[in-house]
Amino acid sequence: MLVRNTYNEFIKIIAKPRSYIGLGVLTALIFVILFAMKADGTSFVSFVTASFEQTLSFNGNILNGNLIAFIILQMLIVHIPLLVALVTGDLISGEAAMGTIRMLATKPISRTNIVLSKFIAGAVYTLILTLWLAFLALIVVKWMFGTGDLIVLNSSGLIILQEQDIMWRYLCSFFVAYLALLTVSSLSICLSAFAENSIGPIVSTMGIIILFTIIGSMDVTVFDSIKKFLFTTHMASWRSFFEDPVKMKDIWQSIIILVVHNIVLVAIAIIKFNKKDITS
Amino acid sequence: MDEPIIQVKNLSKKFGTFEAVKDVSFTVNKGDVFGFLGPNGAGKSTTIRCMLSLIAPNSGTIAIFGKNLANHRTQILKNIGCIIEKPDFYRYLSAEKNLEMFARISGRDSSKKEIQEMLEFVGLDGRGKDKVKGFSHGMKQRLGIAQTLLHKPDLIILDEPTTGLDPQGIIEVRNLILRLKTEQQKTVLLSSHQLSEIEIIANRMVIINKGKSMIEGSVDALVNEQDLLLQINVSDYQNAMQAIELEFPALHVKHLHGSIIEMALEKEMVPTINYFLVNKGFSIHSLEPKRKLEDFFMKIIQE
Repeated sequence: MLVRNTYNEFIKIIAKPRSYIGLGVLTALIFVILFAMKADGTSFVSFVTASFEQTLSFNGNILNGNLIAFIILQMLIVHIPLLVALVTGDLISGEAAMGTIRMLATKPISRTNIVLSKFIAGAVYTLILTLWLAFLALIVVKWMFGTGDLIVLNSSGLIILQEQDIMWRYLCSFFVAYLALLTVSSLSICLSAFAENSIGPIVSTMGIIILFTIIGSMDVTVFDSIKKFLFTTHMASWRSFFEDPVKMKDIWQSIIILVVHNIVLVAIAIIKFNKKDITS
Repeated sequence: MDEPIIQVKNLSKKFGTFEAVKDVSFTVNKGDVFGFLGPNGAGKSTTIRCMLSLIAPNSGTIAIFGKNLANHRTQILKNIGCIIEKPDFYRYLSAEKNLEMFARISGRDSSKKEIQEMLEFVGLDGRGKDKVKGFSHGMKQRLGIAQTLLHKPDLIILDEPTTGLDPQGIIEVRNLILRLKTEQQKTVLLSSHQLSEIEIIANRMVIINKGKSMIEGSVDALVNEQDLLLQINVSDYQNAMQAIELEFPALHVKHLHGSIIEMALEKEMVPTINYFLVNKGFSIHSLEPKRKLEDFFMKIIQE
C-alpha cells in the first residue's frame, strides 16, 4: 500500500502547478546569473582576485564553467529551501485544507504509510530540483563558458583546483546539498502534520531556517554549544569538498547530523499524524 | 437471525471540555438501511468519524464486521465506502483520475472500464476527463458516491449525502440508496437531519441528541407506537370542536389555523370521529391523519 500511495503522491505533485514554480524560478535565476556573468563576469572576477594580483599572476580562462557553477551553488543553496518548502510544506496540510485528508484517512492505508509516502514523494521532488540545478550548473554552464581550473576563495585563502580534480567534488557536494535540502523537506512535512493550512508550514519552515542561520552566524559563546547541532550549520558543508585537503571528518559529521535530523523530523510527523483527530 | 455489521458500545468523545458524544450505543444489522438521525450538532458526524477512525474516541468500543476497529483498522476499512459531510477531491485532477487514485488505495483494483461504468451509474458519463474544479456541488456529490461504491464495499456510510443537492438530485440519491439495498444487498448507514429522507429510505434508526443515543429500533415500529395526530378541515370549526369535546371528553382538540382543528388519538378512533361529525351535519373538507417521523423526532429530542 505504501508503493501505491507513493505513486498517487507523485501524480498529485506532477499535476499541481506549484510544483513547476520551483523548477521555473531555479531556471530563471540561473539564467540571470549566466547573463550577468556573460555581460560583466570579468570585472566580477577581478573584484575577487584584486587583492591577490600584486603577489600572484592569473593566466588562462578564470571565468569558466567550473567557477560559475560554484558561484551558482553558493548563491542558490540559500534560496532553494523556499522552493522545496513551497511543495513539501503543502503535502499534508494542503490535504487538510482541501478536505481530501478525510477521504485519504478513511482508506485502508495506515497513517504511518500516508506520511512515509509523502516523505518519499517530497524526497523525489527535492532530488529532481537538485538534479535540475546540477544539470544547469554543470552541463549548460560548462557548455556556455567552457571548462578550466577552479579558483576558490575561502577562509584559509585562495585555493586553485585542477580541472581534472573538480567533477568528483561537484558530485559529492551536490549529494550533501541534496541531504541538506531533504532536511528542509522533512522539516516542512513535519510542520505540515501540525497545520490545517498550506501557508503556515511554508512560512514556519523559512522562519526556522532564518532563525537557525542567524544563531549559527552569531559569534556569541552562549550559542556555541548548540551551533553544531543546527541543521542550517551543515547546509553549507558541501563547500568542504572544495577545500584542499578535503576535511572528510567534518563532512561525515554533517552527513550524520543531517540524516539524524531527517529521521527525527519524519518520526515526529508520523507520531503527530497518528494521534491527530481529523476534524476538517 | 440478524447479523450485526456495526456494534457501537458506550462511545464517548470529548474535545477539550466539550463532550461531543456521550455513551452512544447502537447496532446496525446486515442489509439494514440504518437511519442515523439527530439535529445539527447532535454528535452524528463525530460518531461517524470515530467509526472510520478519523477521530479516536475517549472510551467505548466499535466493532465492524465482528472485528474491533482499534485492532483491525485497515482490514475493516477495505470493506467500507463512505462520504463524510461533503466529498472533497483533488480539484486539479480529472474525475477519472480522482477515482483511479482512490481505487488504488481502497484495497481492490478497478479497471478503466469499471471506472467508466461507475461514472455512468452516477450520471457523470462524458464528464470523466473534466477537472473536478469545474464541477458543481451536485456533481461532486455524485462523484463521491462513485468513489464510495467503486471498490464494491459491503458497508456504505453516508453522512448527509443529500446536503446541497437540488430536489432532483435528492430523489436520485434516495433511489440510488434503495437500489443498493435491493439490488446489491448492501448495508447502509445514513446520517441525516432530514427526517423525510430517513422515513422514506431507512428500515431501522437511532436518534441521537446532545451527544446521547435517545432511541433505537425499527422506523415503522417506533413511529407507529405513537398516537396519531388527526387534522380536520371542517365547516363551523368552533361548534365542531365543542361537539367533539362534549362527546369525547378524553380528547383534547385545538384550533390550528383557518378552519383546521387537530387532536391526538388512536388510529382506530379516526372513522368514529369522521362518522360523528358527518352525523352532526358538519361538512368535512379534508381529514388528514398525521403520524410522521417529524412529530416523533420532535417529541424525542424535546424529552
